Amino acid sequence: MSAVLAILSGACLLLGSFLLLTGALGFLRFADFYARLHACGVTETLATALIILGLMLLSDSYLPPFKLLLILLFVLFSSPTASHALAKAAWNAGVRPRDNQGKRDLPLPAGER
Amino acid sequence: MELLVNSVLLMLLVATAGALVVVRGLLASTMLTSVYGLLSASFFVTMDAVDVAFTEAAVGAGVSPLLLLLTVAAIGRGEPRAAGALPILAIVLVTITGALLIIGTLDMPPFGSADAPAHTHVAPRYLQLSGEEIGIPNVVTSVLASYRAFDTLGEVLVIFTAGVAVLLILATPGQRGSARPRYTPGSHSEPHTILQVVSKILIPFILLFALYVQFHGEYGPGGGFQAGVIFASGIILYGLLYGLPTVCRVVRPAVVETLAAVGVLLYGTTGLLAMLDGRPFLDYSVFAANPVLGQHIGILLVELGVGITVASVITVIYYAFANQFEMAEG
Amino acid sequence: MDVLSYFNYWVVVVLMMLGFFIVIARANLVKKLIGLNIFQTSVFILYISTGKVAGGAAPILTEGVTLYSNPLPHVLILTAIVVGIATTSVGLALVIRIHAAYGSVNQNDILQQDQQC
Repeated sequence: MSAVLAILSGACLLLGSFLLLTGALGFLRFADFYARLHACGVTETLATALIILGLMLLSDSYLPPFKLLLILLFVLFSSPTASHALAKAAWNAGVRPRDNQGKRDLPLPAGER
Repeated sequence: MELLVNSVLLMLLVATAGALVVVRGLLASTMLTSVYGLLSASFFVTMDAVDVAFTEAAVGAGVSPLLLLLTVAAIGRGEPRAAGALPILAIVLVTITGALLIIGTLDMPPFGSADAPAHTHVAPRYLQLSGEEIGIPNVVTSVLASYRAFDTLGEVLVIFTAGVAVLLILATPGQRGSARPRYTPGSHSEPHTILQVVSKILIPFILLFALYVQFHGEYGPGGGFQAGVIFASGIILYGLLYGLPTVCRVVRPAVVETLAAVGVLLYGTTGLLAMLDGRPFLDYSVFAANPVLGQHIGILLVELGVGITVASVITVIYYAFANQFEMAEG
Repeated sequence: MDVLSYFNYWVVVVLMMLGFFIVIARANLVKKLIGLNIFQTSVFILYISTGKVAGGAAPILTEGVTLYSNPLPHVLILTAIVVGIATTSVGLALVIRIHAAYGSVNQNDILQQDQQC
């Protein structure tokens, strides 16, 4: 039983770390602000959830998993909100989506400015 | 493995500090300060200093960049200046001082050695006897609130004084010498609906968590200092999203200013009670016949005083800075 | 001599010097305060590194653990961090006041204005 749990937890941790790595790569490589934010914002939520799940599986008493669950809930609330706040602040500051080379602003749909 | 994590975190810290040297913009510097605080908090965890990491995460990554941001917002970002001539004198001075300090470190005991002088004087006594004498698991809390309680009283007084100093410095004419924000009902900033809804869900839990940290500090990492900062950050979050006038109606500045003094008074009175009974200042055995129970009560009271003062002072400082920002806005 | 056994101390010195450099080489007062903050944190790191015992656990008494890290530096630094933010805020308040009086937070501008008076 514990061996299965250990393997499951290891898989969760590895997958979470891999997702974080892809997020970091996207953050460095993507062209404009919104794509970068997307890369880290989306991967971060799932990666954190996976890592916390992996840690929960490792614990042998009941209190640490409960605390980790609370942390997970907090992250699930705060992380997307933080991404939203960043994107909104950037939009209000006049940052617009750019083309794939990051050189010029993309044309926006009618009615948007 | 631990050494690897340790080294990587330290290199990241150096990289962040290096970036802070290079970066000119104040806003970017503030963000890097936040990163720096978070990295040092992580480093403190690898060094087993969980209480310190807790404090640094709340202060270094949260409150300190926030105050910097408010300052930058109040004084304006300023024109980015062209880099002047290379400050050769400063570089020479820094290099020489650094080289001398590095030569100095060679005389220090190797990192992590258990027989270093720092670990052979009072620390073993704290670790071996605090379980019997104080009866609580967290040795940091025992030392903070009991063995070195007088020292901590001094620290709390410094924090209180700093809060008073900020109020006096930022006071505007016509406010009778206080930087207390004025109520300006009707001046609503642009609503942040999503942020406001999420913060409405989270703030009660942030405040609850602060209370947990406050009263669980004897058994796990935590205590008055951390709890105070977390409680204040809950109030600050509310203020950031709903505007200064709203938060001032919820948590009145006059009440917070009074509470800052009440916390210090609670701490001092706890010490004086022992003197009334003819014992030394801050001797907790006055509270109960059983000395361990007396220590429990004493630590609880003292930590409560610390928590109230820290939370109030940080809130007061936030009010004063946010008031400057609102005045700069118009 | 094991190089790694002094690595922490050397990093502390480097951080301290970077902070020191910002304080003396940058003219912006806010930047100077940030430099002081780096300096301060490097001292925190020095203390906490000194308190670490190899193989020790966090100083929260637990059954079956015999080796703990030194709790004393933790206590000193824990309070120093909160005192640090309080004193930094006094510095920032002074910066705001200086900006109100001189219209600038650049040390060179302020000195120039002082000389003209």
